Amino acid sequence: MNAPDPIIRIRNVSKTFGAVEALNNVSLDIQKGQVVVIIGPSGSGKSTLLRCINHLEVETSGEILVEGERVNGNQKRLNQLRTKIGMVFQQFNLYPHLTVLENITLAQRVVRKISPEQAIENARIQLKRVGIEQKADNYPAQLSGGQQQRVAIARALAMNPTIMLFDEPTSALDPEMIKEVLDVMMNLAKDGITMVVVTHEMGFARAAADEIVFMDGGQIIEKAPAQDFFTSPRNERTQAFLSQILTR
Amino acid sequence: MIQKETIPLPYAATSFPAARDKLRKNLRTFPWWLVAMSAIAIGTFWLIATKPTYRDAFEFIKAGLAITITTTLISYAIAIVIGLITSLGRISNNIFFRNATTLYVELVRGIPMLVLIFFIALVGVPMILDGLKSLGAWLAESGFAAIGTALTSIKSDAISMNLRAITALSITYGAFSAEIFRAGIQSISKGQMEAARSQGMSYGQAMRYVILPQAIRNVLPAIGNDFVCMLKDSSLVSVLAVRDITQIARLYAGRSFQFKESYITLAVMYLIMTVILSFLVKYLEKRFGQNERA
Repeated sequence: MNAPDPIIRIRNVSKTFGAVEALNNVSLDIQKGQVVVIIGPSGSGKSTLLRCINHLEVETSGEILVEGERVNGNQKRLNQLRTKIGMVFQQFNLYPHLTVLENITLAQRVVRKISPEQAIENARIQLKRVGIEQKADNYPAQLSGGQQQRVAIARALAMNPTIMLFDEPTSALDPEMIKEVLDVMMNLAKDGITMVVVTHEMGFARAAADEIVFMDGGQIIEKAPAQDFFTSPRNERTQAFLSQILTR
Repeated sequence: MIQKETIPLPYAATSFPAARDKLRKNLRTFPWWLVAMSAIAIGTFWLIATKPTYRDAFEFIKAGLAITITTTLISYAIAIVIGLITSLGRISNNIFFRNATTLYVELVRGIPMLVLIFFIALVGVPMILDGLKSLGAWLAESGFAAIGTALTSIKSDAISMNLRAITALSITYGAFSAEIFRAGIQSISKGQMEAARSQGMSYGQAMRYVILPQAIRNVLPAIGNDFVCMLKDSSLVSVLAVRDITQIARLYAGRSFQFKESYITLAVMYLIMTVILSFLVKYLEKRFGQNERA
């Protein structure tokens, strides 16, 4: 393969929390426009890896380049870089004291310095994209979990990111709300935005992922295109994991 | 059609079980203490209205109300600003800022308020004034005559006792409210800061737009409670001969030997102010705590 420079390049990254080794010498390249789904058992380091990409966690060793730029401690550059990386959290993390519209316009106004009118216009476009424009003036607490997560996606999209990170976006949702969030994510994947998704939703992984990364014990065990991964997993740990979750 | 239910008649309360239950519940939750307290207040008013000795005491003491109220308001306004800045220092990663603010809070917590008031007013402020004077003398010698002489000519009583009292109360309560704000900030989930930072906000922006608005709303009851305490503790400044209601009551009692009249009046004056303030605080809490949790 003679692919162009990857949009995210993770090189020999390790991360320890005290005595716990969360990541152990992980390397991974992600190309522009790719949808990469990271799966694996709890505590395998999936979320830590994701959080290292936008520097919410700082790697103990190794390096991460986003669009060729090293993510490091320089606050100004880091804040700049983060505007290009949207993040969606398991617990939504909407700002509860602000309305849906204010949630989406806040960072546009204070970080991007966009005029309020333009920020609102942009916010309405994103709300339409996730299908809840009618909730613009509600507070987060008045929305269902699925709606809140869709607002969180709209909030991230409003910054016009080139990369979207999803950290178990459906794990805190009631079963009947998972689909509405996955549908939104499927549409984003079709739009060609680079996505890195940590999830337990194998249906989504199969349908949307270009590539699946299986992690266990802080290491990448297997990396393969979606079809190959599910039909013919090579590593036996992958096989064991898949047989457990797919026969459920 | 006339709706029967709109005006419940008094006797209806006992004839319908539902209404009777409601009455019983109302009686159980009724604030009887407030009735008793009102009785005390009204009794005192009655004394003031009918007995010349009480009236004289009240007429004399009320001259201190302005000082008590302005001292409390100004001190608390300053204390809140000090407290907010200090709380940010307490949770800061900057070693100097964090240690300086922690030292301040621990010093204030470890010294009785009365001692602190004496110290700040009678030792701290004079020390600063002396320092300014010697700085002035040094400046005058090294050629900055204008600033030098201006500093040396500061009189030792340039800062009035009222101002020193406000300084002392602000410093003391600044440390208390710092701890309240810190608790409020730490009560906000980590995810809020992460969400804000992940959108490219700086630490300061995340604090200002995301964390503090929620934290301050959460600690409003505690801040209000602290304000009521400040009103009461402002009586301590009477030891600096600041003419607040406590000091004036002491003067009056000492002069007229009418201790009972002086101190009953004084106590009820504080009581009425604090009860009114408490209700105000509760009302504000209700108003500000609304939209978020629907």
